[in-house]
Amino acid sequence: MGTGGIAAGGADVMDVFKKRLKEKGIQSEVKKHCSMHKVGCRGLCARDVLVDVIRYDVKTTYQFIKSDMVERIVEEHIVRGTPVAEWLVPEDYHHFHDKQVKVVLADCGMVDPEDIESYFGAGGYEALRKVLSGLTPEETIDVIKRSGLRGRGGAGFPTGLKWELTRKAAGNPKYVICNADEGDPGAFMDRSVIEGNPHAVIEGMIIAAHAIGSDHGYVYIRAEYPLAVERLRKALQQARHHNLLGENIIGTAMDFDIKVKLGAGAFVCGESTALMYSIEGKRGMPRVTPPRSTEAGLWKLPTCLNNVETLANVPSIIRNGAEWYASFGTEKSKGTKVFALTGKIKNSGLIEVPMGIPLRQIVYDIGGGIENDKAFKAVQMGGPSGGCIPVEHLDVPVDFESLTALGAMVGSGGLVVMDEDSCMVDVAKYFLHFTQSESCGKCTPCRIGTKRLLEILERITAGDGREGDIDLLLDLSADIKVSSLCGLGQSAPNPIITTIRYFREEFEAHVTGKKCPAKVCRKLLAYSIYEERCKGCGACVRVCPAGAITGEKKKPHVINPEICIKCGSCVEACKFKAIGRE
Amino acid sequence: MIKVIIDGKETRVPKGTTILEAARALHIPIPTLCNHPKLSPYGGCRLCLVEVKGNRHPVTSCSVPASDGMEVVTSTPLLERIRKTNIELLLSDHPNDCMVCEKAGDCTLQELAYFYGIRENRFAGERRIYEKKDANPFIERDMEKCILCGLCVRVCEEVEGVSAIDFAYRGFNAKIVPSFEKALDCEFCGQCVAVCPTGALTGKMWSYKGRQKDVRDVDTVCSYCGCGCNLTLHIRRNEVVRVSSRDDTINEGWLCAKGRFGYSFVNSPERLKTPLIKEKGTFREASWDEALDLVANKLKKIRAKHGADAIAGLSSARCTNEENYLFQKFMRAAVGTNNIDHCARL
Amino acid sequence: MTNSIPEIENNDVLFVIGSNTTETHPIIGLRMKQAVRKGGKIIVADPRKIDLVRFSTLWLQHKAGTDVALLNGIMHVLLKEHLIDKDFIAGWTEGFDTFRESLSEYSPERAEKITGVPRKDIVKAALMYGKAERPAIYYTMGITQHSHGTQNVFAIANLALMTGNLGKESTGVNPLRGQNNVQGATDMGCVPNQYPGYQRVDLPSIKSKFEAAWDAKLSDRPGITATEMTDAAIDGKLKALYIMGENPLISDPDSHHTEKALKSLDFLVVQDIFMTETAELADVVLPAACFAEKDGTFTNTERRVQRVRKALNPPGQAREDSSIIMELSGRMGYAMNYNLVEEMMREIGGLWPAVAGITYGRIEKGGLQWPCPTLDHPGTPYLFKGGFPRGKASFTVVGYEPSKELPDKDYPFVLTTGRQLFQYHTGSMTRKVKELNAVAPEAYVEINPADADSMKIEDGDVVSVSSRRGSVSIKARVSERPPRGMVFIPFHYKEAAANVLTNPQLDPVCKIPELKVCAVRIEPASARP
Ligand SMILES: Cc1cc2nc3c(=O)[nH]c(=O)nc-3n(C[C@H](O)[C@H](O)[C@H](O)COP(=O)(O)O)c2cc1C
Ligand code: SF4
Ligand code: SF4
Ligand code: SF4
Ligand code: FES
Repeated sequence: MGTGGIAAGGADVMDVFKKRLKEKGIQSEVKKHCSMHKVGCRGLCARDVLVDVIRYDVKTTYQFIKSDMVERIVEEHIVRGTPVAEWLVPEDYHHFHDKQVKVVLADCGMVDPEDIESYFGAGGYEALRKVLSGLTPEETIDVIKRSGLRGRGGAGFPTGLKWELTRKAAGNPKYVICNADEGDPGAFMDRSVIEGNPHAVIEGMIIAAHAIGSDHGYVYIRAEYPLAVERLRKALQQARHHNLLGENIIGTAMDFDIKVKLGAGAFVCGESTALMYSIEGKRGMPRVTPPRSTEAGLWKLPTCLNNVETLANVPSIIRNGAEWYASFGTEKSKGTKVFALTGKIKNSGLIEVPMGIPLRQIVYDIGGGIENDKAFKAVQMGGPSGGCIPVEHLDVPVDFESLTALGAMVGSGGLVVMDEDSCMVDVAKYFLHFTQSESCGKCTPCRIGTKRLLEILERITAGDGREGDIDLLLDLSADIKVSSLCGLGQSAPNPIITTIRYFREEFEAHVTGKKCPAKVCRKLLAYSIYEERCKGCGACVRVCPAGAITGEKKKPHVINPEICIKCGSCVEACKFKAIGRE
Repeated sequence: MIKVIIDGKETRVPKGTTILEAARALHIPIPTLCNHPKLSPYGGCRLCLVEVKGNRHPVTSCSVPASDGMEVVTSTPLLERIRKTNIELLLSDHPNDCMVCEKAGDCTLQELAYFYGIRENRFAGERRIYEKKDANPFIERDMEKCILCGLCVRVCEEVEGVSAIDFAYRGFNAKIVPSFEKALDCEFCGQCVAVCPTGALTGKMWSYKGRQKDVRDVDTVCSYCGCGCNLTLHIRRNEVVRVSSRDDTINEGWLCAKGRFGYSFVNSPERLKTPLIKEKGTFREASWDEALDLVANKLKKIRAKHGADAIAGLSSARCTNEENYLFQKFMRAAVGTNNIDHCARL
Repeated sequence: MTNSIPEIENNDVLFVIGSNTTETHPIIGLRMKQAVRKGGKIIVADPRKIDLVRFSTLWLQHKAGTDVALLNGIMHVLLKEHLIDKDFIAGWTEGFDTFRESLSEYSPERAEKITGVPRKDIVKAALMYGKAERPAIYYTMGITQHSHGTQNVFAIANLALMTGNLGKESTGVNPLRGQNNVQGATDMGCVPNQYPGYQRVDLPSIKSKFEAAWDAKLSDRPGITATEMTDAAIDGKLKALYIMGENPLISDPDSHHTEKALKSLDFLVVQDIFMTETAELADVVLPAACFAEKDGTFTNTERRVQRVRKALNPPGQAREDSSIIMELSGRMGYAMNYNLVEEMMREIGGLWPAVAGITYGRIEKGGLQWPCPTLDHPGTPYLFKGGFPRGKASFTVVGYEPSKELPDKDYPFVLTTGRQLFQYHTGSMTRKVKELNAVAPEAYVEINPADADSMKIEDGDVVSVSSRRGSVSIKARVSERPPRGMVFIPFHYKEAAANVLTNPQLDPVCKIPELKVCAVRIEPASARP
């Protein structure tokens, strides 16, 4: 149960279960068979709250459970043994899981994130024991290298190589940092991993520390993730208690401890050098490289920065071997990747898939297809830094290289599905609005360039697009991409470039035809009243802030297009669907 | 020493030299706005991008060290296009009021706009509008002209050790501000003014006294403390209208508030302009002849009556060597006493 | 300075004692900050929490006037820890054995008692300085303006000598000269016992050299110092005084005494650019040109001779000092004729070999540091490379003596005086600059918050500060900078002139007054009778 589950009422449901079971005395009566855990998020957010009932080793899963439904489940299923059929998850719940391969999320939703014993039970910290008792740092690095693990924070840098560079860099002490800033709008993979299985991340960090020779670690986590922070702190406390952190870790010569640093909620603070300045208490502003952080990172000392998911992969790789991990995925992109599947999709939620899986399988098999069975239009991959993928590329294998070739990217793992009702110019504008306000302001192309891109998109969607604007967007985008200092600026134009590449005619419709084909851009719509449907009730007249609607009572009304400010209030107010927009 | 080839010219430079430094040594010009040889590399303006053989993307020559055998090209159609775009972007958010700007003629941004021939601007759009309101007496801070090169922030931290100013806000609204956005309250060394490439930071007392082309520059030495900083006095119509400092001298172009801004005493109306003789407790103006005759006669009389040692001279640590030499020579040879001292002890 | 300004950056330890460098020598302060950026460490020894403390690794807050005890304590530790340079001592110095004995009394424990600096910090300072490879000592008036200032200077010299920290690049002893051309004025012989180039007036061979060069009969009797002139005037021995560009009424200790002296004179001539407080008392005032209105040279604190250039014409009839002196000299019957300022420089070079190689042509850009004996000599960035000019350097046994006037029941505070960043000296120039006055408009007395509290004084209150010599009323600035029991007044302000209060007690050797320590009493202004 993570933040999403709790928001959906998970905590309440659990309380009621506890109460009811106690009332029935079941806790003591059927103790052997019935115990209750709270577990981390298991992905299918759209169906929260999910409840598993395991009765005599038979697991049954319910969806959309509210606290007032608990009584019946307890009565009928737990006491009498007959599941409540209408609340059970349907068949597609199992599809949702079938195509997934869970490495990082394997234990999320299974172990109790607030109880280290539960993690021990699932083989937790065995990898660490294995490393500390039998693997030299070099051997550890070698395992990670052979596994083919690449950074999950967006850039896909080979993790083993990063560890090796940090290990070999001169300078002491060295630092391990876990990047849990996750500033990408719509992404919540890292949050879920920390909320669901914080010890996996901690274990990964300790192994990294062993590999690079570090005795100080930081988790840089956004302050907006209170539950994750709380569970992380609790987990660190427990790990210290079990001497998995601190001095002479589990009786070896290794010292290592981890501090938690709360991020200030700026997207750019997720960028490695900015993040390190932020930990130092300075303004989070990226710096030029070289030197790389592996040589001169935090406090100008060698630093290895890894993403949450990257680190959470590490214990499984050590436990199961490099070859096991490398057996998933493609030639160059090994293993699995967690995505936050959102947008106009039936099964939205957190998924983990092997690299190289066709995008179509994610959308249709795992995601269950488009909401309300509308037509698929595109997928935005990689959040504001990524790009869109249109229907003609729906079979693209999801891996680092293939996505980059299409102008999108794996990125942090946001995957937003758009249907026929989405306006691609508006989508581009949305992302540009985000990046331009999150730019740190250091370099010219990003600071002023993204602002100008946004201004051009704004005028296009407002019907003021000019001849040549589309090419101007492309020219400026290209210059911003090559000349920006950090990844934010370098990738900020991606949503524009890909939307123009795949949906240029939609841009042209806005610019030359002054029309928004998806009927999203309000300023480009003409509002009119269908005479035949209008009952003359006057509801529209009352809400129109511009006083653009006139008409006698009980007679069809009319909208004066000269006065109409295209706010759309009347459409919502009309009970008879008599107002249309074109 | 390592070998680098820039635009086909080969040179050898010490390890750690940046590409920009190596290019400058070869007299190859690369435009820059955020670089200063004494400050840490920043990489904000993006004008100094160059192409390095084997690198997929251009790199900032101001920050990337040359490596052995590196081949660099400083001007390609791509690079020139990027430079032009970025200058155009800067100008799209600039008041462009060069005709009344203190800095005109001495402004790197203006220079680059000219060089890249930017007249029409493809990116015209919103401009930052700030009220000018910094109440400090020395430094005009016109943040609408600021290009966020960060030189002032760096010089204040890295050279002056004060950190009186820093970046605030994000994106397009990023701005250099004193702490809590109050009026600047610092050492007023003006290092920030000296490094600012635009008219964003200028001396308040400079305003409308004459631009670079109107003034005559005279190099001299500061008359305050014993550091001996080199000053350049900017003179217009027998008036010091500004002070700056060349960066190739002992003080490397840095000054303190007194040296940089404390010059107006020179043209003070309170300066003594004629010899004065005191009569019955009040001064009256006198001619040089009258005054000097009076002094000579008085001294001669006292010497005749009380001996030369009844006369003493106190010279000044603020006068030149030559004057001090003459003064002691006068006391010793013309008056005949060794009663001569200066205020070294104070 | 034995070293030059650029060398500062490469010091690995900077021992700054009695120098508020960042305010009195801001640009040298910048180099010290650079040294820190490059990994150097600063030890500050100062009773006040001066700005440089922010950049320091170690701050020794010794009581005012206890420098000798502090330095001796440090040297005691160096001796014990064998951090001395035996080869240097044997080869370059004399008198070490007696000196070594004298240190035995200065255990860190005793030094702690006298100075108030914890012994562990004294030890730490000794280890830092003793183990450094390129350490340098910096001091200013905080060392010299004491009744025992010479002793302080000797103690510093001892420290450098015993560790062999002299005569090397970025390693040495660096007194920072306070005014732009103090170095030059001394070099040029504006001292009572020396001709230009530190040549003694009482040595016959030298006197005859100058007599020949100047074609004049010269006196072999050393003259009197500035501070002695005051007493001589009051005693009636001194009848006439010719002051060129100085304002002793404000800059000298015990202003009442100075005023009395100037008024006792038969004839006072003041040559200046402004009507200073001293000029007001003159019989004749001669208007002079300021630095921007004349050609010549200044010599900075690192012995660098640099060109001053005429940029403007002097206002009205004001004239260059050199032309005034020449005119006057002619009228006194001794003709001086120079067509160009540069001719004077050439004459100086002929009389003082150390500057013989310096010509205007050579210093067109950049300046040269003396010694620079020949036209192809590059100048001397640091002194004493390969030996001392007069053979071996001697150690001087220096014992701690308390300042002459210590706080007591009636005058319970120690007053120390000095400069601040935005004003300069007696303010005759800076106080004419309205911008500088806007940020540093008035005099103030810095008082520690605890002291202020106990006297119920608040920041901004007007208080009266009195010593045995006078009293001023002045605004209180409650500040953590001075320690309890000490107050500080900048001396730039004539309306609350610090030197009304200070003690004219002179150092017996170099005749510097004790401006850094005297006893005062503080009362809220309203409580004054
Ligand atoms: C603007 C920007 C924001 C970023 N935000 C994050 C983030 O929130 N989380 C993250 O793990 N990486 C983020 N990154 C990527 C990091 O810079 C870095 O590449 C990554 O943390 C390295 O870890 P990995 O090698 O394990 O992926 C961001 C990069 C940029 C340019
Ligand atoms: S690209 Fe944007 S976020 Fe990155 S350094 Fe430049 S301004 Fe800052
Ligand atoms: S004047 Fe000096 S101290 Fe003040 S902001 Fe500028 S650089 Fe910093
Ligand atoms: S004020 Fe000047 S120096 Fe400072 S950032 Fe702006 S343009 Fe650069
Ligand atoms: S000079 Fe290199 S980025 Fe500005």
